[in-house]
Amino acid sequence: FATTGFTALPANAAAEETAKRITEFAGGKEPGTGKITLTAPEIAENGNTVPISVKVESAMSGDDMVESVLILADGNPNPDVATFNFTAMSGVAEATTRMRLAKTQTVYAVAKMADGSTFVDKKEVKVTIGGCGG
Amino acid sequence: MAAKPKPRVKVPKTAKAGETIVIKTLISHKMESGQRKDKEGKIIPRKIINKFTCEFNGEPVFSCDMDPAISANPYFEFRAKVPESGMFKFSWVDDDGSVYTDEQKIEVS
Repeated sequence: FATTGFTALPANAAAEETAKRITEFAGGKEPGTGKITLTAPEIAENGNTVPISVKVESAMSGDDMVESVLILADGNPNPDVATFNFTAMSGVAEATTRMRLAKTQTVYAVAKMADGSTFVDKKEVKVTIGGCGG
Repeated sequence: MAAKPKPRVKVPKTAKAGETIVIKTLISHKMESGQRKDKEGKIIPRKIINKFTCEFNGEPVFSCDMDPAISANPYFEFRAKVPESGMFKFSWVDDDGSVYTDEQKIEVS
């Protein structure tokens, strides 16, 4: 796992990498919109701990089932944040966690359904104090 | 990290059959990102919890694969549908292979 070299990349490399990850996750297709809601603060004073929530509309049974939600951030040294995996036992595809944001950037949440369809939502979060340490 | 990570989990004591309940979990862990440098300018090696899972009576309920962008003391809030009384089992897997666990009972009427 590369822990060096990221800083040498041009500023938009993380955004390109994020777009690539979304396409990969969506199986080469463009994800749809709607169904998924990403909630994040408009302004995060402390980038070390930014609360984010995702909710996906679904019956959570049969084909209308959320399998996973990929969270990405396009301005961090590495766009990966987390993947939530849901089951029928989840009842509702909804989860909250806290994440680090190095600077002001866009956070993406992409949901993958049991039938293979994908849905994306994004939120820009303005960060006052970055959260990756120096 | 000096102290052993300590999990804290909040599960309702009781629920109605088929009810969807809210579960909150927190574990004390530094989540060293592998991006920070020490005073000599050397990179501090990554050491994070990379996986969290929740099971109910042996069935998977929710899990999360984590990357270094998850904050220190990882927090999760999620839902679970409880068909019957039983035991929730939670586990957190560290980069060094350590597994931290917790269990919570629920009475379903």
